[in-house]
Amino acid sequence: MNLRIPYALLVALLGLAVLCAFVGSLSVGPAQIPFTEGIAALFADDGNPVAVVMQDIRLPRAVLAVLIGISLGLSGAVLQGYLRNPLAEPGLIGVSSTASLGAVIAIYTGLSVAFPLALPLMALMGAAIAGALLNGLAGQRGHTLTLILAGVAISSIATALTSLALNLSPNPFAAMEIVFWMLGSLEDRSMQHVWLALPLMVVGWIMMLSLGRALDALTIGEEAAMTLGVNLKRLSFIAIIGTAASVGAATAVAGAIGFVGLVVPHLMRGLVGHQPSKLLLPSALGGAIMLTVADIGVRIITPQSGLKLGVLTALVGAPFFLWLILAKRRSML
Amino acid sequence: MVARQSSWIGALGLIGLCTACMPWSASNAAENNPPERIVSMNLCTDQLLMLVAAPEQVRALSHLASDDTLAVMSEEAAKYPVNHGRAEEIYLMKPDLILAGTFTRHTSINLLRELGIRVEQFSPVRSLDEIPANLRKLGAIIGREEAAERLVEAFENELALAKESARTNKVPAAVYYANSYTSGDRTLMNEVMSAAGLENIAKRLNLSGTKGLPLELLVMEAPEVLITAREMVHPPALAHEVLRHPALYNTIHSQGEVAIDSKYTICGLPSVNVAVEMLRIAGDRVARTPEEKQQ
Repeated sequence: MNLRIPYALLVALLGLAVLCAFVGSLSVGPAQIPFTEGIAALFADDGNPVAVVMQDIRLPRAVLAVLIGISLGLSGAVLQGYLRNPLAEPGLIGVSSTASLGAVIAIYTGLSVAFPLALPLMALMGAAIAGALLNGLAGQRGHTLTLILAGVAISSIATALTSLALNLSPNPFAAMEIVFWMLGSLEDRSMQHVWLALPLMVVGWIMMLSLGRALDALTIGEEAAMTLGVNLKRLSFIAIIGTAASVGAATAVAGAIGFVGLVVPHLMRGLVGHQPSKLLLPSALGGAIMLTVADIGVRIITPQSGLKLGVLTALVGAPFFLWLILAKRRSML
Repeated sequence: MVARQSSWIGALGLIGLCTACMPWSASNAAENNPPERIVSMNLCTDQLLMLVAAPEQVRALSHLASDDTLAVMSEEAAKYPVNHGRAEEIYLMKPDLILAGTFTRHTSINLLRELGIRVEQFSPVRSLDEIPANLRKLGAIIGREEAAERLVEAFENELALAKESARTNKVPAAVYYANSYTSGDRTLMNEVMSAAGLENIAKRLNLSGTKGLPLELLVMEAPEVLITAREMVHPPALAHEVLRHPALYNTIHSQGEVAIDSKYTICGLPSVNVAVEMLRIAGDRVARTPEEKQQ
């Protein structure tokens, strides 16, 4: 995979692909709306049904797919660089599942009805607790193996507690919603969800994008990076809180979606090489493309019954990942 | 092997004979004396029984009957002993008649039948006509024909009153439950809507029974009245979130939302008239407003 194209051109092409996927996402849905009519209705000011479908149902869904895809792709790239482990992703270090737990507590206790911002904030808190626990367990130097083992443990506990909380809820629907929190969905989200999640996501993106230089230094080893003036404590704080903020907000409105953060950075590494700082922006855009396409797929495969997003990202992501591992082993031999 | 098989067939035949003869002999007895220890195992037969029977005929009701979110007659139901549908507890109540729904715990019912107890099953009501029919059916079974006739007459008068409206046009309406479910053709809710002068959009979409309806399709049909079930929403769940989606409120008429307590439409009982009246009023309210604007 030595397909090198100039970095600026690559970013521009990926941006264009995000736009195409976004428009594609707007034109798919159970209601048969002709493409041009639908796009025109996006800007219409009257309350006719086509305009309502486009503006209140499809637009927030397409916007959220892009935002959440950026969050997952970017945090995957940051975590893989920071942990120097190709298996790292938000799901692995327990951020997604603890964010789910926080969101579940906010929604099913009724807290988010009284105070809507409680939803993303509780998810952020869940994710940040996972981050703090990881830092504590893995020690000052953020040892990779300990960190990943701790992440797996935290993620299992959070998943179990989420199921427990939903099973204990007296609401008869709650137990069925375990699936949503584990596999994620963008079904019937609204602009309210976009406004709830966007601010925290942007804060997380800015924090993560600022890490480029430090991640580059880290590729030559922790000691060497420290001699280059990288503050490892600060690096781990920003990496973990940045991931917690953006993935926490994403999970709060769409559930935990796996494999995007894992697969996308690997795909992009083939295009930009092994320099972590150059991987960040392409991974963010690649995440947006992958999630938007997956969400289009969900609606085409089962237009009536809501197939969960995580099913599709895993179906596409996992075999690709296996192929990647085999290819890597072959090149090592 | 053959001998064993034939003895099995013989045994099966005997059981078949028993189950065939039991209800017959029991109903023969019922003609002479009406049942005096009736146990009901289903929310809807519970309430039907309380309406038609004399209080001393009722031995026990299902545990759901005293839940005030599910049963219209929950207060009255609290006076009677409770059963949880288990064959053992019901058998020990020594009933002479058991009432159940057609989907009620098959294994328990079969067991009770084999033990020689008469079981009468009522299928879920899907139309308004079945309500008088069920009242009369139960009246005949328990020897309360006159009481049943009085209830039928009262029901029909109330229904006529509830339907009364000066409006002739049908207002488009949709039912939306948690998790995007709707009531289509062949549901009691559909009948209640048409009695109330509403046109169910689910029928236009060829939906029959209780089916999922994507929010987009609901919006495209542009209903003016939206009927939701007022259910227990605390503690909340995502299932109810779709009912608060902004797209719904940009579609329906500003006064078009009606929340109905589900207990009025779960069972086919005369109290369904309460739902008919609520929906008719909602339809009138929405139909009147545009005309007032024109004037």
